[in-house]
Amino acid sequence: MPDLIQFREAAYRVNGRVLLGPLSLSVCQGDRVVLLGKSGAGKTTALRLINALLLPSTGEVLVSGRSTRDWDRVRLRRSIGYVIQEIGLFPHLSVERNVGLVPRLERWPAARVRERVAELLRLVGLPPGDFARRLPHELSGGQRQRVGVARALAADPPILLCDEPFGAVDPLARQELQVEFKTLAERLGKTIVFVTHDVREAVALASRIALLDQGRLVFAGTVEEFNLTPDPQVTALRGLL
Amino acid sequence: MSFFRYVLLNRAELLTSTVEHIGLVAVSSGLAILIGVPAGILLTRNPRLRAPVLGLANVVQTIPSLALFGFLIPIPFIGGIGARTAIIALVLYGMLPLIRNTYTGIASVDPAVREAARGMGMTDAQVLWIVELRLAAPVILAGIRIAVVLGVGIGTIAAAIGGGGLGEFIFRGVAMVNSAVILAGAVPAALLALIADGGLHLLERRLDWRR
Repeated sequence: MPDLIQFREAAYRVNGRVLLGPLSLSVCQGDRVVLLGKSGAGKTTALRLINALLLPSTGEVLVSGRSTRDWDRVRLRRSIGYVIQEIGLFPHLSVERNVGLVPRLERWPAARVRERVAELLRLVGLPPGDFARRLPHELSGGQRQRVGVARALAADPPILLCDEPFGAVDPLARQELQVEFKTLAERLGKTIVFVTHDVREAVALASRIALLDQGRLVFAGTVEEFNLTPDPQVTALRGLL
Repeated sequence: MSFFRYVLLNRAELLTSTVEHIGLVAVSSGLAILIGVPAGILLTRNPRLRAPVLGLANVVQTIPSLALFGFLIPIPFIGGIGARTAIIALVLYGMLPLIRNTYTGIASVDPAVREAARGMGMTDAQVLWIVELRLAAPVILAGIRIAVVLGVGIGTIAAAIGGGGLGEFIFRGVAMVNSAVILAGAVPAALLALIADGGLHLLERRLDWRR
């Protein structure tokens, strides 16, 4: 499998403070890589280096073999779905318009956008007849998160970046979302990079886990390897399962 | 002579003055929006400019209006006697609410919404038009409303430097010590301010996405 995303000694610093040390990590097509770590470990920084919301201070990040520095950023980002914890739904736009935004920016014909939005809402378990016209504030936290996922999938991007997408959802809804998300991810065959500080969530969703601590990569491997490695930091985390 | 009789007898002149007054306010408010809104946007992009620019606009606002009109008269090109000088003074007065509200409106957009917009691949212009300006619209419109209402009131002073408008009657009334004449200028000015306030308030509510 070709490497779809590749960190090559990519580091990110602000005013001399290291947020992410030189990181080397490859993500193959179809992988579900979970970046695991405490807050401040550099997970979000790593994620934002992929869609060029940040550019590495040194080293480089390649997406589809091309450095994020050389990508047209708008093109790059439109080929990557992005879900964040606060979701960032546009409060003044209906669910339908939120989900259909990128297809509209990409100038899809209106009928195709409508069709795609309905398809996506069904995919994330929100009947379009009930939900398409609602405004974000008329949804529950879990429903909003589903809309966030649908929106990220709208233009059928090969890559999906998720930054603690279920962090603000209550535990019951959270587990349900995790299961559905995994099924969906496997079915759609997306390459996913998923940030979380929750070990259970990591083990539940990942095909591979990368453990970060204070900006450094401590461990990277499959879930099986994560379960077997004698690495003390990983063992400590396994104790939380 | 009673107020109503005076208005009736001078209705033609009063109408001309009212139209003049609306013209003064419309032109100055239009210019103030054309300058103030982009200036406010610029401040959100260059936070370092915020303190000096808002400070300057604040200072302008504290100059007594009659004095500001007076100060402008001797200035070459923009000054002199007449409507042009009055319009410039009104534009200067409208700056503060417009710059401040545009800045505040955009700065208070939820950072997560902005992050999502950029992450989804919106260009800077799309983030501004589709997200920031749309979400800030009620706040910006509130600034426009303040500027317009302020302009209607301060516009009466334009007459002091030959700028015309409803102030003509007020200054004439003051000189004649005749409150009927003062009222003939003041009542229509107050009505204009109320109408502008009400109309813009309605528009503001229509643009409010929170409702």
